[in-house]
Amino acid sequence: MAPPRHRRPGFSRKAQLGLFAGYVAAVTGLLVGIGLIVASHFDPQGFSTLRGVATDLAAPLTNGGRAVVRAIGNAGGEIAAYWNAGTQNAELRRELALSRAKLTEARILRFENRRLKRLAHLVEATPDKVVVTQVVGSSASSARRLVTLAAGASSGVRQGQPVRSAEGLIGRVIETGQISSRVLLLTDASSTVPARLVRNGLPVLATGHGDGRIDLRVLTAGVAPFRRGDLIATSGTGGVYPPNIPIAVVTEVHRETAIGWPLADPARLDYAVVLKIFEPDLPPPPPAVTGP
Amino acid sequence: MSRIEAAETRTLLPLRARVVPIATTMAASALAVLPFVSDTPLLPPFGLLMLLAWRLLRPEMWQAWIGLPLGLFDDLMSGQPLGSAMAVWTMALLALDLSDNRAVWHDYWHDLLVAALILTFCIAAGWLAAAIVAPVAGLQTMVPQLLLSILLMPMAMRIAARLDRFRLAR
Repeated sequence: MAPPRHRRPGFSRKAQLGLFAGYVAAVTGLLVGIGLIVASHFDPQGFSTLRGVATDLAAPLTNGGRAVVRAIGNAGGEIAAYWNAGTQNAELRRELALSRAKLTEARILRFENRRLKRLAHLVEATPDKVVVTQVVGSSASSARRLVTLAAGASSGVRQGQPVRSAEGLIGRVIETGQISSRVLLLTDASSTVPARLVRNGLPVLATGHGDGRIDLRVLTAGVAPFRRGDLIATSGTGGVYPPNIPIAVVTEVHRETAIGWPLADPARLDYAVVLKIFEPDLPPPPPAVTGP
Repeated sequence: MSRIEAAETRTLLPLRARVVPIATTMAASALAVLPFVSDTPLLPPFGLLMLLAWRLLRPEMWQAWIGLPLGLFDDLMSGQPLGSAMAVWTMALLALDLSDNRAVWHDYWHDLLVAALILTFCIAAGWLAAAIVAPVAGLQTMVPQLLLSILLMPMAMRIAARLDRFRLAR
């Protein structure tokens, strides 16, 4: 098939100029776009207000979307139940399915109960919490690992605050809107957390790997302290992250480094606690220098 | 069809015919905020798929600058650094204009091949934009997303064709 000759403006001066102006606009905008990327390289927080407004606008969509996803899941179950009821001994089967579903439901409820209790305990035991909220979405198509929280500046969430779940550390708030905020996950390649080995207190650094895993590096050279199954927790060094929040479990050991799997699985996070920025007690001021 | 003719028919088109392509592309971009939490970048860039499908179906409908507003909206929805989809989508549309001027013929498979090349370029460039702003994982983490996007492209083209019938229906 021959291509349509839609980019030939003919002899009309006006149409030719219009087409030319369109290209000028496109190229100018293209350069502006590249400029914006470079600008956000030098000032990553530069457009946070605009981005905050966008996440706020998307938050109801995301929340509504949750209900839709749940409804679709339910519909599947209902169709299956209809087919079962159509069989010969529908009565018995339905009863069996019902009790089985009830049993599963009870198990799920028990599991959820245990988790919520743990979270409730955590919420009571955490004096430095800002807000308890839900994880509502993530940047599933971008190379950066971010999740969206259903609470923003109006609930006291600020940039830089650490976020945890009942299982462990999730990450750090990097953008806030009025009713929503974005969290940089531990597993993002630009996230580094000062941590320590729980077994012997050795300081380590936990850096995201970008694909769901965490790189662990020991600060002292020449030692190989990691063992499979070791627990890594925050050390509180340098502030921001409070000490003793579990981060990861070591799954793979190399010589001085190890690969860990985060304890708070981002794919099934639902509740999260935003914490205040941890400020360690200031060291005593250095002794005044007296002249010789 | 000459350019003048195209301009005249465009202004004569009813509101629906002009709004539907833009609205569906924006809706596809907004799919990125669906409550789907994942560890690796797996979801395809739906907005880009829709944009390409419309552009391949109706080359005369949009000028290249349409990538700027639609890309800005996509950036705001997807969490990519601001300006990345703006620049990359516009580059893609300019490249499509160039290839349209050069190509002697085109058919379905040709369109699909062009779309696959452009998707590869756009996903790699989007990764580069994210990597300029902050360190990210290696380019190989984008491969599953790319394959999924290319496989979904025929579906996007079908959807655009269906929507086009609705768009122009009297």
